Amino acid sequence: MSALNVKTRQRLLSAGTLLGFFLLWELACIATGVSDLILPRPSQIAAVLWEKMPLLWPHTVQTLYTTLSGFALGVMIGIVIGVAIGSSKTAYDVAYPLLVGFSSIPKVAVVPIFVVWFGAGTVPAILTSMVISIFPVVVNVATGLATTEPELEDVLKVLGARKRDILWNVGLPRALPYLFASLKIAITLAFVGTVLAETVAANRGIGNVMMIASGNFDVPMVFAGLVILAVMGVMLYGVSSFVEGRLTGWAQRKSDVVMA
Amino acid sequence: MSEAFVELSDVTVRFNGGTIALSQTDLRLEQGDFVALVGPSGCGKSTILKLVAGLLKPSSGVVLVAKREVGLAGSVRKEALGASVPVRIGLAFQNPTMLPWLTIRENVMIPLKIVSPFREQYARKKKGEYAERAEALLAQVGLKGFGDKRPWQLSGGMLQRASLCRALVHEPQLLLLDEPFGALDQFTREELWSIMQSLWMSQRPTVLLVTHDLRESAFLANRIAVMSARPGRILEDRAVPFARPRTVEMSYAPEFAALVQQLRMRIAHTRAEADTAAQAAEVTA
Repeated sequence: MSALNVKTRQRLLSAGTLLGFFLLWELACIATGVSDLILPRPSQIAAVLWEKMPLLWPHTVQTLYTTLSGFALGVMIGIVIGVAIGSSKTAYDVAYPLLVGFSSIPKVAVVPIFVVWFGAGTVPAILTSMVISIFPVVVNVATGLATTEPELEDVLKVLGARKRDILWNVGLPRALPYLFASLKIAITLAFVGTVLAETVAANRGIGNVMMIASGNFDVPMVFAGLVILAVMGVMLYGVSSFVEGRLTGWAQRKSDVVMA
Repeated sequence: MSEAFVELSDVTVRFNGGTIALSQTDLRLEQGDFVALVGPSGCGKSTILKLVAGLLKPSSGVVLVAKREVGLAGSVRKEALGASVPVRIGLAFQNPTMLPWLTIRENVMIPLKIVSPFREQYARKKKGEYAERAEALLAQVGLKGFGDKRPWQLSGGMLQRASLCRALVHEPQLLLLDEPFGALDQFTREELWSIMQSLWMSQRPTVLLVTHDLRESAFLANRIAVMSARPGRILEDRAVPFARPRTVEMSYAPEFAALVQQLRMRIAHTRAEADTAAQAAEVTA
């Protein structure tokens, strides 16, 4: 009972903080009289969102679709590469510098290349969001696999376990919490990739809308785009947290999750 | 004398850095024997255990298990397929290494999932026969009703009991124990000695126990092999005459104490020798 109270109080508190943030923003704008070309008030943004929703909705769907496609591809490829380099010490040592090199390339720089290859549109955006979300997944999966206790591996080897047995029974379950931790990072990064590509080379999507709006000095619209992105980001983060809690409760040692 | 089940002859292990961990060691275990290896720390006790397990290859010499040469775990098994059924080995360390995402029962059942001929029937029997087998073992070590718990819900001593069950569930012919009770308190340890003894008496695997606890070795083993300081070799191989089942009370009897004291002196002596040798080497250098 008291646990529930604590939880409810936490929720109320975080909702209150959120509300307070917007309220403060609103009041600050009114108090300083700042132009809505610089910083629009939350109420203005909300009004824009309400009025322009029919127009914004297809773009929202487009951005969501692009992000999820890129994210899904990135995660799949990331898992494959992660398993490959995580299950062998040599592969880990050899491939790691290459991976770090790839990941340090600013992703803005690859968008034009994708545009040259595939033309402007959805494909470069999906690819950018994929490329950006691969790295955290690879690193986490590989780390999860590489940190199997040597003693446990000995126990299994002595039983005559093949490499595949060890990977399947120990390596992959052990890497699962690492994978989910990386999914939360990857999903937010996938948004960054999508919006990035949409602002550079697309004719649809929230990134594109924001680009055009800022060109027209329609700042409330730009902020409306930001709000949509933030809401989508929080929602997807929530989904991956939820799935994580279900599947890897043992790693967080919450007895209520495990017992359920 | 009956045939050796495990036999090390003239085995030397040299690590990459040139350190000699084991030097020209001979050791034999008969089928169903219970041998304890004791000696100063770093003398190569665990090295011998790893050799027998096939996790380590000797630099020279031969390690035979059931008359078959042991090399690296994987290769041995492949060679063995042609000859005879490979020897089933159980292994337990000081660290119980339970998988946190499985229940205790599932952890105990892991060997059945991997070792032939159990693995072929695992999908069919995991709910019935195998689960019962795991439960029966858990009951034997005093963990009745804990099968559905997760590892972190159990204490260290309980996890070590479960680890023993995991080492024995596939009825190994050879059981290798590397300081399995090392991290436990005195009471739990003595309790587990008795449990270990009754498990051994009911299944009769050949056991090689590495330990630094001399009372433990005298309580559990039929024979105690005393090793010298590094580079290790066997100094003395002595029989333990006490009748079974042994009890903790017996371990406070004068004969028992005398045996432990003799072992202690022997090890203290070899350590002192090693120190003198090291000092002499320093002086000459």
